[in-house]
Amino acid sequence: MAVTEENLPSPRQERPIGFGRLKRKEDARFIRGQGTYLDDIRLPGMLHGALLRSPYAHARIVSIDTSEALALPGVAAVVTAKDLETLGLAWMPTISYDTQAVLAGDKVRFQGQEVAFVIAETEYIARDALGLIDVEYEPLDAVVDARRALHEDAPLIRDDKEGQVDNVASPTWEAGDQEATDRAFAEADVVVSRDMIYPRCHPAPLETCGMIADFNPETGQLDIYNGNQAPNVHRTVYAHVAGLAEHMIRIRCNDIGGGFGNKVPVYPGYVCAIAGSIVAGVPVKWIEDRTENLVSTGFARDYIMRGEMCAKDGRITGLRVDVIADHGAFDSTAQPTKFPAGFFHICCGSYDLQAAHVKVKAVYTNKAPGGVAYRCSFRITEAVYLVERMVNALALEMGADQIDLRMRSFIAPEQFPYETTTGWTFDSGNYAETMKVAMEIAGYDDLLREQADKRERGELMGIGVSFFTEGVGAGPRKHMDILGLSMNDGADLRVHPSGKAMVSISAQTQGQGHETTFAQIVAEELGLPPEDIEVRHGDTDRTPYGLGTYGSRSTPVSGAAVGVVSRKVRDRARLIAATMLETRPEDLAWEKGRWYVRGDPEQGAMIEEIARYAYSGEPMPEGMEGGLDAQVIYDPPNLTYPYGAYIAVVDIDPDTAQVTVRRFIAVDDCGVRINPMIVEGQIHGGLAEGIGIALMEVITFDAEGNCLNSSFMDYLIPTALEVPEFELGETVTPCPHHPLGAKGVGESPNVGSPPAIVNAVIDALHQTHGVTHVDMPCTPARVWAAMQGRPEPPQ
Amino acid sequence: MQTPAPFQYERATSVDGAIAALVAHDGDARIIAGGHSLIPMMKLRLASPEHLIDINDLEHELAYIAERDGEIRIGALTRHVDLLGSDLLARHYPLFADAEEVIADPVVRNRGTIGGSLCQADAAEDLSAVCAAVKARVVIRGRDGERTVSMEDFHVGPYQTAVGDDEILTEVRLPLRSGAGSAHFKTERRAGDWAIAAASAAVWIEGGTIADAGVALSAVGTTTIHLARAEELLRGAAPSDELFAQAAQIASEDCSPSADARGPVDYKRHLASVMTRRALRRASARALAMEA
Amino acid sequence: MQVTLTINGREVSRDVEPRQLLVHFIRDTPGLTGTHWGCDTSNCGACVVLMDGTPIKSCTTLAAMCVGHEIATVESLEVDGELDPIQQGFHEMHALHCGFCTPGMLMTTRALLNENPRPTDQEIRTAISGAICRCTGYQNIVAAVRWAAEHEAAFQQEI
Repeated sequence: MAVTEENLPSPRQERPIGFGRLKRKEDARFIRGQGTYLDDIRLPGMLHGALLRSPYAHARIVSIDTSEALALPGVAAVVTAKDLETLGLAWMPTISYDTQAVLAGDKVRFQGQEVAFVIAETEYIARDALGLIDVEYEPLDAVVDARRALHEDAPLIRDDKEGQVDNVASPTWEAGDQEATDRAFAEADVVVSRDMIYPRCHPAPLETCGMIADFNPETGQLDIYNGNQAPNVHRTVYAHVAGLAEHMIRIRCNDIGGGFGNKVPVYPGYVCAIAGSIVAGVPVKWIEDRTENLVSTGFARDYIMRGEMCAKDGRITGLRVDVIADHGAFDSTAQPTKFPAGFFHICCGSYDLQAAHVKVKAVYTNKAPGGVAYRCSFRITEAVYLVERMVNALALEMGADQIDLRMRSFIAPEQFPYETTTGWTFDSGNYAETMKVAMEIAGYDDLLREQADKRERGELMGIGVSFFTEGVGAGPRKHMDILGLSMNDGADLRVHPSGKAMVSISAQTQGQGHETTFAQIVAEELGLPPEDIEVRHGDTDRTPYGLGTYGSRSTPVSGAAVGVVSRKVRDRARLIAATMLETRPEDLAWEKGRWYVRGDPEQGAMIEEIARYAYSGEPMPEGMEGGLDAQVIYDPPNLTYPYGAYIAVVDIDPDTAQVTVRRFIAVDDCGVRINPMIVEGQIHGGLAEGIGIALMEVITFDAEGNCLNSSFMDYLIPTALEVPEFELGETVTPCPHHPLGAKGVGESPNVGSPPAIVNAVIDALHQTHGVTHVDMPCTPARVWAAMQGRPEPPQ
Repeated sequence: MQTPAPFQYERATSVDGAIAALVAHDGDARIIAGGHSLIPMMKLRLASPEHLIDINDLEHELAYIAERDGEIRIGALTRHVDLLGSDLLARHYPLFADAEEVIADPVVRNRGTIGGSLCQADAAEDLSAVCAAVKARVVIRGRDGERTVSMEDFHVGPYQTAVGDDEILTEVRLPLRSGAGSAHFKTERRAGDWAIAAASAAVWIEGGTIADAGVALSAVGTTTIHLARAEELLRGAAPSDELFAQAAQIASEDCSPSADARGPVDYKRHLASVMTRRALRRASARALAMEA
Repeated sequence: MQVTLTINGREVSRDVEPRQLLVHFIRDTPGLTGTHWGCDTSNCGACVVLMDGTPIKSCTTLAAMCVGHEIATVESLEVDGELDPIQQGFHEMHALHCGFCTPGMLMTTRALLNENPRPTDQEIRTAISGAICRCTGYQNIVAAVRWAAEHEAAFQQEI
């Protein structure tokens, strides 16, 4: 359980054969500016698209006149809903079994909704033409507040859906045991409740979303270039929507400038680009600008939550949660279908509760659709935020130390595998150990003393703790699917005669370093140098089926697939080696890179030699074909359950109410770390985003439904000046069911950090200002309002 | 990516040439220098000038920070980075560096100019308050010659200045007087953001009393707020925390903020007071340190 | 209008509209797509290039305004197969994930080191405060610039 301190890897670790701090293979092109992002691709004869978007949040479309735009020199076509209807592309399915208008025909349902698509010779001309399209709108009352959406007299947003009489997006969904929970609360010594909002925020990857569609009318082949996180799923969706065979569609992702969940969904612009290419008969490129990205593509969170938590004999015993989920105008939240509210019901956290009960109701509002993860596994972020805020509220009420209460309430190591009250099986963990490492790095007792001293001097310092358990790596086909597609991942490994290897995967990197990590997995298992292993991804024609990268699933699912396929190759190599060495397979033993004869270690065959042999004219083992390759489709038996202990130290300016995160300690247990350098990099990035969400990132609307955060001037993202030097630590509890003992990690820091920071802000202000809750983001104005005794929700 | 609407472009080779071009285009032309206010507005299509007159070649005429005739004279094309790095300004008016450290970001500061900032006249912009506090005068040149106006007269209304359609702001003049101390304080949501509220203060201390004072606020009104009542209070008084608290109180009363994403009205009034107090304290400390 | 710019020491001439942004002029030049754009409001820094050695945001500059000036992009950093120390530093310290902000970060920090060969961490953070990285949390970028500063002398000698 070592605490990692090293900054510079030792020379031995720099070129590991297998796991270790291997420098990234993909860096070579990126540091030279030689990446291939979407806008870097130019096809011959390509035209450019631009979308006209609604200025209203809710309005009936009376008429659309495109004649002036069409007359502008350089404009090839203007597509509206009417045109799409003739192609059967006016509506498209969302990833939650809802439908979404590709271009609005009847009415617009959120500000920024797609209304018309211009195709022109250049992007400049296409954008000029947008101003020449004349749309007559009849404005309607907009529903902005999710609570108001449930009101009887709220205007009906989804009048397009047959039988829809209100703004409820899905039936109220429940988990846990209501009766047992009522009992736990009745028997409790202490009960606290809090109303809290996890505000709408946005993943805002630095590269916006876009597509190049290239439909060949002669062959019927559709080539797509598009940075998305799940190319195989997208291809299946397009095949359904366009009525094409999957093999007639090829999606290439190349390099992607960040995703964080924003590039999971299929967007109307994509369908427009495809329709545009079909109409124009040439490739069409469409790339949204930053405003379009912020106002129309997948947002995250937007949960209005009421939590109640109780304790008995100094331990947490019960939890009750009631949620209104704002899904915007179209329900395109990302969730495995058997869990209508995603993984929110993992909200029992890391604690051995007597009972819990959760209710979630989803509503439509006149806001952009989404609810996609922002570095989050299907609403686990909201769950962790709620429970970790509730634990601190309880500690405050009990006068208990925030760490002591957690320590007393943790699931104990000997209780694993642990069945939670809401039905998850946590596979392993030693929570107290991880918490102790965090306390040690933080110097927790010293911090408490420092805080007491500062209080005497009128300074405001806060210490906030959070402890999270995530369920990541969706997922087992017995439990989950998306649009009827099992969440399993394929892997295909070929060792060439030269001993070089190529592994094809379905996971889709957006910066996570798959070309390095997955090569390291093969290297670890086969003993080949990672530089000799090519990782192939991002091309549906050349990779196996799988569900892509989001929800921290790459290592848990695709990583496992690559581990298993490597072992399959190793097993084949053993049989071949036995033939080569004229012995029996069971007499061979493995050391990294080589099968050798037990008892005569000099006698052996390197994997490279076995590969050469496998392709040679020499005899193969009985019944075995030549070559050295294998493929698998991996079905994970369970999710993996990474966890971590986070401590935030904040200072608040008593006059301006500005919050500074001075220190952040993050101790993660993500099991075996394949490349610790990349893991730590993921944690750094997630923590910065968590700081952003806690302090500044928010999407808000005025009463008319106008988005108030539609550019990077108003959607604030932390710069290097708001982010401290992070202090990381680790414990390693290998995942018992993952072939490599690994768990997911990418999202953990984003999940765990916001509650730690908010807890710290409240800790700083509770004694002096009586603050018991403040909703995110903790901007100076909102913190100041809380200090004045009027904490306000963010919209 | 957002793109500007079409326009004609020309490069000025002299200030007079630029003015002649403005006259020729009769209100349809805009001057472009750093472009960091204008180009984003054009990309959003909130501004669509038919002609742009690029004055970036006029550095020899318009980019300088010099001491002359008892004044510091700053050419309108002087970039933020040069204001930040100027020893002359640091010596006499350190509030310029205070402000420049928090205006946008270092890369933007490499291009943006003082003339552009002042002429944009965004109420949240820092340099307008800085110039108001130090009682700067600006030189405006048109086809009929030059005129000099005070900052009070320069600020006409929201995003409106005394510079006419066919005129160019050419220079900012700062009076050099003894006993000066100055400071600028800003509260922002994040580095590089516009102010929630900011205050610029200058005091001129002679023999232990404040001979003159200038206080101005950013982001808490529809234009830069000139705090005449606070200046009146400070003039002739001995610097003290109580005095500055009174001036700060005036700041919170005499500003007229509106609620927006940066905060509610009462918070902004409160900040106007906090920023004013801090700016006056530091300005005074600097004046006294210079004196000592 | 005919716009002729010197990009990475090479003259590039094209007939473009006056409204063409510098970032587009650069990216329309074969082989020069390393300069990216990430916002419309000059907040993100993905488009930073050097103009006469000074970092500027090429999304907020007209190509026409750069006539007569020297533009340098990320593609200019590697010379004769030799990486610039700042490029090497980003690789060594894992200062990039998706790589999208990297060219702008490299040019911004290259300019910083030219001005200030031994910056403090705070100076590095200030220098890149106009550039958003969504992936790294900045910590390793700071470390990379430190690495480059420390190795600069050695690299200079080798060259």
